[in-house]
Amino acid sequence: MGKMEEDRIDGRNANQLRPLACSRNLLHRAHGSARWSQGNTIVLAAVYGPKSGTKKGENPEKASFEVIWKPKTGQIGKQERECEIILKRTLQSICLLNVHPNTTTSIIVQVVGDDGSLLPCAINASCAALVDAGIPMKNLAVAISCGLMEKGSVILDLTKSEEEKLKAFAYLVFPNSPLTVIPKVPLSKEQPIEQGIITSVTHGAMPVSGYFDCLDRGVAACAAISEFLRRSLQKQSPEDTSRAAQ
Amino acid sequence: MTQSGQMETTTIGGGEGATGMAAQMEVEAFRRLFPLPFYDRHLSKSVRPDARTLDSARETTISLGPVASADGSALVKIGETTMLAAIKLEVMTPSTESPDEGSIAVEFYMPPICSPMVRPGRPAEVAPVISQQLSDVIMSSRMVNLKELCLISGKASWIAYLDVYCLNADGSLFDAALLSAVAAFTHLQIPLVSVNEEGRVFTVSGEQQEKTKLELVNKEKRKLSIGNTPFPVTCVIHKEHILVDPTAEEEAVMETSITIVLDTLGNLVSIYKPGGVGLASTATIKECISRTKRRMQDLKIILEEAVSVMEVD
Repeated sequence: MGKMEEDRIDGRNANQLRPLACSRNLLHRAHGSARWSQGNTIVLAAVYGPKSGTKKGENPEKASFEVIWKPKTGQIGKQERECEIILKRTLQSICLLNVHPNTTTSIIVQVVGDDGSLLPCAINASCAALVDAGIPMKNLAVAISCGLMEKGSVILDLTKSEEEKLKAFAYLVFPNSPLTVIPKVPLSKEQPIEQGIITSVTHGAMPVSGYFDCLDRGVAACAAISEFLRRSLQKQSPEDTSRAAQ
Repeated sequence: MTQSGQMETTTIGGGEGATGMAAQMEVEAFRRLFPLPFYDRHLSKSVRPDARTLDSARETTISLGPVASADGSALVKIGETTMLAAIKLEVMTPSTESPDEGSIAVEFYMPPICSPMVRPGRPAEVAPVISQQLSDVIMSSRMVNLKELCLISGKASWIAYLDVYCLNADGSLFDAALLSAVAAFTHLQIPLVSVNEEGRVFTVSGEQQEKTKLELVNKEKRKLSIGNTPFPVTCVIHKEHILVDPTAEEEAVMETSITIVLDTLGNLVSIYKPGGVGLASTATIKECISRTKRRMQDLKIILEEAVSVMEVD
C-alpha cells in the first residue's frame, strides 16, 4: 500500500502524527488555560471571560470573541492578524453564542515553539482552553495539517521543513466525532464527511482530487485526535472550582 | 411583495420570523430589523433581493491602464465593489539564495473611502487578511515567473511593488482584489533599462534609447508572460443554499463564506473557508468548485476583451 511513498525526515509514515500532549489549568489567573503540543510545536492558550459588553460593531444579541495572537519572536504583522481572524471565526462557529449575549470572551494564544502546523495546534489549544474555562460549546473543533506530495500521496501533521518543501498543503478543522451511547452501527463511508469542514486554509496549488484526498485523510486523523482530546479533558478531577468566581 | 427592494411602501403581512408588532411593515424596515427572515423568504423562491439568481455573479468590468504614472495598473468593478491595482517596478539587488529571480511585494489598503465601517483610527479587520491571502495566491499560483524579473544575474533584478486599493467595499473583496492584481500584471510594461559606467542600472525613457547600450532588456518594452492565471469566486453558504458573489449585506447576514481560486489548468490554488457557522460538506465543496469553473470562463472572456481594447489604443 505505501511501499512507494517517500520517507519523511523524522521517519514517520504518511499517516502518523507526532506525539500529542495536552495539559490544562496551567495559569492561575486565567479563567481557562491549556497547553497543546504536537512534537516541537507548542502553543499555550488562555481564556478570560465572559466579560460584560461587546465591542463596537459586534452583535450585542450574541456573545463575541476576541483573539490575540502572540508570536514567539518579532512584531505582530499581517500573518498574525490573519491567524487571529481565522481562529475567531472558527471558535465562533463551535460555541453557543446565545447563552451569554452581550459578553466578550478573550482568547490569548502564545506561541511557545513553532515546528510546522502552527495554526492547527493553536486551534486545538484554544478549544481545550475554552473547555477548561467552561464556555458553553456545541462540539469541539479538531484541527490537522495535510500535505500533498508530488506523486499525489497525502502526509499528515507537517513539520516546518516539510511545509517549506511541499508544493501544497492544507490546514483543516473538523467538528469532533460524536460519542454515541447506542451500540456501534457500521457507518457508511460518506457519513463522517457529511458533517463538513469548519475551516480550510490551503497554501499552494493542488489538483482538486488531491484536496478531496486530504479531506478524507483529515477526517480519519481527526477521529484519532478527538479521541485523545476527550481522554485528556476527562482526566481532570471533578472538584475543580470555577475560576471566574474568584 | 416586490422582489427588488424598491422604496415603495409595500407591506409584508406577518413574516414568519417577525414578532407580533411586525404584522404590517415596510420592506426596508423589515430588511433592517429581521435580516435573516428577509433573506429566507427570498431564498425560498431562489432569488436574491437584487433580483439575481443564487448562482449568478454581478456585472464585472475590467479597465486597464487608469494610472498613467504606474508601470501597470487596472481598475476592476464587480457590482459596486471597486478595486484599483497599480504596479511600480524598481531595480534592486537580488538575494544570494536566488540570484536570478526578482520579487513581488503585495500591499492591500482599505482607505476610509471604501466603507462606513472603516475610519482613520479604526482600520478594517479584513484588510491584513486579504493582503496575506493575495500574496499567498499570487506566489502559489506561479502566475508570474520570477526569473523574468531578473536583469543581470546576481547584480540587478526588478522588484514589483503591487498596491491594491479598495475604493468601494461591497462584498467579494478578495475576488475583485485578485482580479485587479491579475489584470495589472497583464497590463505591465517593463521599462527600458541600461547600465552606466559605474555599473549602476537605471531606467531609460524612450527618447534616450539611441545613445545608450541596451544590453539587458530587448529593444521593445517587454511584457511579462503570465502563466496560469488564477480566478477567484467567493460563495456564501446558508443552510442548503449556496450564493455566488455575495454583497456586503449578504456576507454580514450569512456569516459563512468560502473562497475558491482555480487556475486556467483547473488546479485548485486555494480553498479558503475561515470558520463560520455553516459546515461545508464534500458535496457543497464540489458544487462551489463547479460554480467557480463556470465563472472562470466568464472572467477569462472579460479579461481578454479588456486586453484587446487596450492593444487597439
